Amino acid sequence: MAGGQGAAGAGAQQPEADSPFALSHLDALESEAVHIFREVAGEFERPVILFSGGKDSIVMLHLALKAFAPAAIPFSLLHVDTGHNFPEVLEYRDRTVARHGLRLRIASVQEYIDAGTLRERPDGTRNPLQTVPLTDAIQEHRFDAVFGGGRRDEEKARAKERVFSLRDEFSQWDPRRQRPELWQLYNGRHAPGEHVRVFPLSNWTELDVWQYIARESIELPEIYFAHEREVFSRSGMWLTAGDWGGPRESEPVQTRTVRYRTVGDMSCTGAVDSDATTLDAVIAEIAASRLTERGATRADDKLSEAAMEDRKREGYF
Amino acid sequence: MTSATEQLSATTLLRFATAGSVDDGKSTLVGRLLHDSKSVLTDQLEAVEHASRSRGQEAPDLALLTDGLRAEREQGITIDVAYRYFATARRRFILADTPGHVQYTRNMVTGASTAELAVVLVDARNGVVEQTRRHAAVAALLRVPHVVLAVNKMDLVDYDETVFAAIANEFTGYASALGVPEITAIPISALAGDNVVDPSANMDWYGGPTVLEHLETVPVSHDLTGCHARFPVQYVIRPQTAEHPDYRGYAGQIAAGTFRVGEQVTVLPSGRRSTITGIDLLGRPVDTAWAPQSATLLLADDIDISRGDLLVPSDDAPPTSQDIEATVCHVADRPLTVGQRVLLKHTTRTVKAIVKAIPSRLTLDDLSQHPDPGQLLANDIGRVTVRTAEPLALDPYAQSRRTGSFLLIDPADGTTLTAGMAGEAFTDVTAPTTPADDDAEWDF
Repeated sequence: MAGGQGAAGAGAQQPEADSPFALSHLDALESEAVHIFREVAGEFERPVILFSGGKDSIVMLHLALKAFAPAAIPFSLLHVDTGHNFPEVLEYRDRTVARHGLRLRIASVQEYIDAGTLRERPDGTRNPLQTVPLTDAIQEHRFDAVFGGGRRDEEKARAKERVFSLRDEFSQWDPRRQRPELWQLYNGRHAPGEHVRVFPLSNWTELDVWQYIARESIELPEIYFAHEREVFSRSGMWLTAGDWGGPRESEPVQTRTVRYRTVGDMSCTGAVDSDATTLDAVIAEIAASRLTERGATRADDKLSEAAMEDRKREGYF
Repeated sequence: MTSATEQLSATTLLRFATAGSVDDGKSTLVGRLLHDSKSVLTDQLEAVEHASRSRGQEAPDLALLTDGLRAEREQGITIDVAYRYFATARRRFILADTPGHVQYTRNMVTGASTAELAVVLVDARNGVVEQTRRHAAVAALLRVPHVVLAVNKMDLVDYDETVFAAIANEFTGYASALGVPEITAIPISALAGDNVVDPSANMDWYGGPTVLEHLETVPVSHDLTGCHARFPVQYVIRPQTAEHPDYRGYAGQIAAGTFRVGEQVTVLPSGRRSTITGIDLLGRPVDTAWAPQSATLLLADDIDISRGDLLVPSDDAPPTSQDIEATVCHVADRPLTVGQRVLLKHTTRTVKAIVKAIPSRLTLDDLSQHPDPGQLLANDIGRVTVRTAEPLALDPYAQSRRTGSFLLIDPADGTTLTAGMAGEAFTDVTAPTTPADDDAEWDF
């Protein structure tokens, strides 16, 4: 815009090619995410990055590393371990933490169950049980900003989520009392005991994440690529047979070539049939898929129409 | 890397907002854009079909795709901005889907604040109505560079060219007077699919682009050589490691213009000067960086610079001031009053401030100014003067949306109170009406 009012009545100009200064969509998303990381570093005392070893948190960590290069990330990491995590992912997590010299704290759902503080659900799903260890860890360590890899394209309640999302001392989300978020002016003010959930990948889609992983040559846990695995069918999903409690007698185990689109608790994260063994093949597969990431692989979101909203209200990500 | 990956990555990003009254068919338009660009996936559609059936509706209600909250579904209205994502081979889109109800002016302001384009929907049978004027005014106020007038429901006026032309003329005249720089009018039927994604066979008199074609081709980045370069310092990067013992970089996102190695810069508000000796683009050294890249600047001199400072070219420094005049949109439920103590957040700097005066409140219906309203209520737009505890370097919002915008924040509990746009926002408002006339027109 060359300044001034101009005579707009003359009608629209012919569309011109994008200027050489236009950023590619990945560069624009990267720049925005880095800006968010630096805002938090500048305004908060005790931020933490939630890191599960899943692709979104891996991309988040990669962006944080770039945001503060050549210095180290000024944040520690927190993993809420359900006790039913994929061993390949835990191995990746520990290797990554060691490689970058990061500090990792672990909040363990299993410890809560062993102590009798949390009770196993009848369906064996531990994903909803993460909320208590997470909010306890936030209070215990007095974290005032908690980065999550949530994306608005994942789910319709998340589409309403702010980049900076204020939570009360009980970590509750109240969608009707969110702060309007204008321009790139993020308001991180909070009272003692409150904290802010921060979502630097808000505007990324699943495909953006994969394209960025390919562009930046980011290593992932191998379960994201097609491999042979012993699985069984439950609620229309392929679940991994394992110590966590599957399969039941009526659920025959079979060996299939599968991969994971999301990585979470083994009891509710399904694999998809796939022969995509490379990043390019995965990207091609996702671009052609007619199912969303969560629709294809998450049991817990199918519990009810507002399952995600209800969990988020309680403090879940 | 295969060509498929490269092709997908080389696209640009367009952020746009939609605005329309309750029954103008906004949800249908959004639903069709998502659906026809194949961005609604099978499981999402199944969920919508299931929910629609369980409510006793015959056809799938596409509004359920966008109404994500319990309360929204219960009431059948959109109460908050939602962000949608879709892509074509040419571009990726972030759509700020903003509720059209007048009660939620702040939501349209929120959506428009980051939008490079706004789609204003009009029902062809009703033409330009009050709500259309409000939407045009908000788009003008927020300086959205491109506005699309989508004249919807053309199927209900027999695809009549004269109906479209009359509405397009009236809207263009009105929006141009407000200072909207570029207006494109498109006749559509969101329900029937005319001119949304595919060109309409029913309106061969129309030779322009479809809505999607326009979204794909509208320029997203403006000529930066004419913009004043601005770099708000976010964070100082000091590794203090054996490898980088003396590295001291100023990290931030370039708010406007370009910065080059060798350029002389001034630090505001202190006024100290130095020269750029290096620019790191996320770990990679470059000679030039431009908005909105996140970068790190290295300077020749070890001068005192911290978060909240603004780096500008020495020959293009804005004046600093403690007195700010602005047009604001009040976004909080409690009012903004004269004498109120607030925090003002501008770029990366937050300072104490006091509301000195509220000279006028704008009536969006006819753009008349109500003088001395005493306070601003939720969704009100008005003129405000603010005195800050420290000098700030604000550009006029008309020149830079990023360095001309600010928030007022309640220091007690951190509530975001008000969104501010520095300088004159409207260049062509009608003369103020008398207070007596205006009392009946409180509309929010």
